Amino acid sequence: MKELILVFIAASITNNFVLTYFLGICPFIGVSGKIDSSIGLGIATTFVMTMAATVTWLIYYYILVPFNLVFLQYVTFIIVIASFVQFVEMVIRKVSPPLYKALGIFLPLITTNCAILGLTLFMVLRNYSFLEAVVFGLGAGVGFTLALVIMAGIREDLVFAEVPEPLQGAGITLIIAGMLAMAFMGFGGIISG
Amino acid sequence: MIKDFAKGLWKENPVFVQVLGMCPTLAVTTKALFGLSMGLATTFVVVSSGLVISSIRRFVPDQVRIPMFTVIIATFVTAADYFLKANFFQISKALGPYVPLIVVNCLILGRAEAFASKHGVARSGLDALGMGVGFTCALVVLGACREILGAGTVFGARIMGEGFTNWIIMVLPAGAFITLGLLVGGFNIIDKKVSKKKG
Repeated sequence: MKELILVFIAASITNNFVLTYFLGICPFIGVSGKIDSSIGLGIATTFVMTMAATVTWLIYYYILVPFNLVFLQYVTFIIVIASFVQFVEMVIRKVSPPLYKALGIFLPLITTNCAILGLTLFMVLRNYSFLEAVVFGLGAGVGFTLALVIMAGIREDLVFAEVPEPLQGAGITLIIAGMLAMAFMGFGGIISG
Repeated sequence: MIKDFAKGLWKENPVFVQVLGMCPTLAVTTKALFGLSMGLATTFVVVSSGLVISSIRRFVPDQVRIPMFTVIIATFVTAADYFLKANFFQISKALGPYVPLIVVNCLILGRAEAFASKHGVARSGLDALGMGVGFTCALVVLGACREILGAGTVFGARIMGEGFTNWIIMVLPAGAFITLGLLVGGFNIIDKKVSKKKG
């Protein structure tokens, strides 16, 4: 149990996916303009991450490894993720149309979120057990949501600030991300992992 | 034809202007050498997938094009990854999971979708090559900045004097974000001056 909690905290805070592994930067910089929409995107991504970790773990250890097909790893993982996103999209559309409308274009965008493929690769690299992999997926998703929402909050206020012209847009967002990364470094001492 | 190639270098530079493919850009550029290798690997993938995609573009049904593109890209990434592992093991180890992550580099799918799926083989190849070279240059510049300040060297050669204290922050994630932010700002300043001169 203790290991699982450690994996969760490491994935969500001390080794935050966005701010230490640079995964999922595209939505982080492109989308995080409003708090509401970033919460929606964060929840959808967390869900896909948890499920993707579960499914790819099973495929990797029960199909690819026993049949010596590890070289197909990247192709398989990306297909699993893409079809999973498609599946989630269909289910949400059927079950809850309002939620589907609220998430809008964010759903298909999740496929190209490098955080998800990165998650599955790290999971294999670190030889996580099945439970650890699931918790790792959940923690990474929570960490992604956290970073996205903080960033959106800062950017909502940034509208009123006077940013030097050349830095407007991507430049200032990157610099803020750097400061956030420094702040998150402060958590580093909690656990090693 | 030349324009297809040249626009990737400056006017539509994937990193500084389009802000695409950020994960590898930020993650591997602790050293100029890693930036160069990542840039070359990405160039290989974007060019070869661009060539293949543009040559099969008439046979691919519209609805399934994205998954098809992704599978083609993933195949070339696997090839690049195995090539690095076989010939440059140290570099491959340092780049770690960021080599397979080229699959989801938005730059590559972006080029496939916006250019290669609509243009002929030769133009797509040039366009992809331009983007790849532009991406590589950006990575090397960013890597060199971080290496000079973070370790006092460029491509392993000592630049700073003996008394230079390494800026540890430049090697850490925070330094990557801030350096790239400032570089984007610097790029915009130069770009504005150049376009003013022109007209």
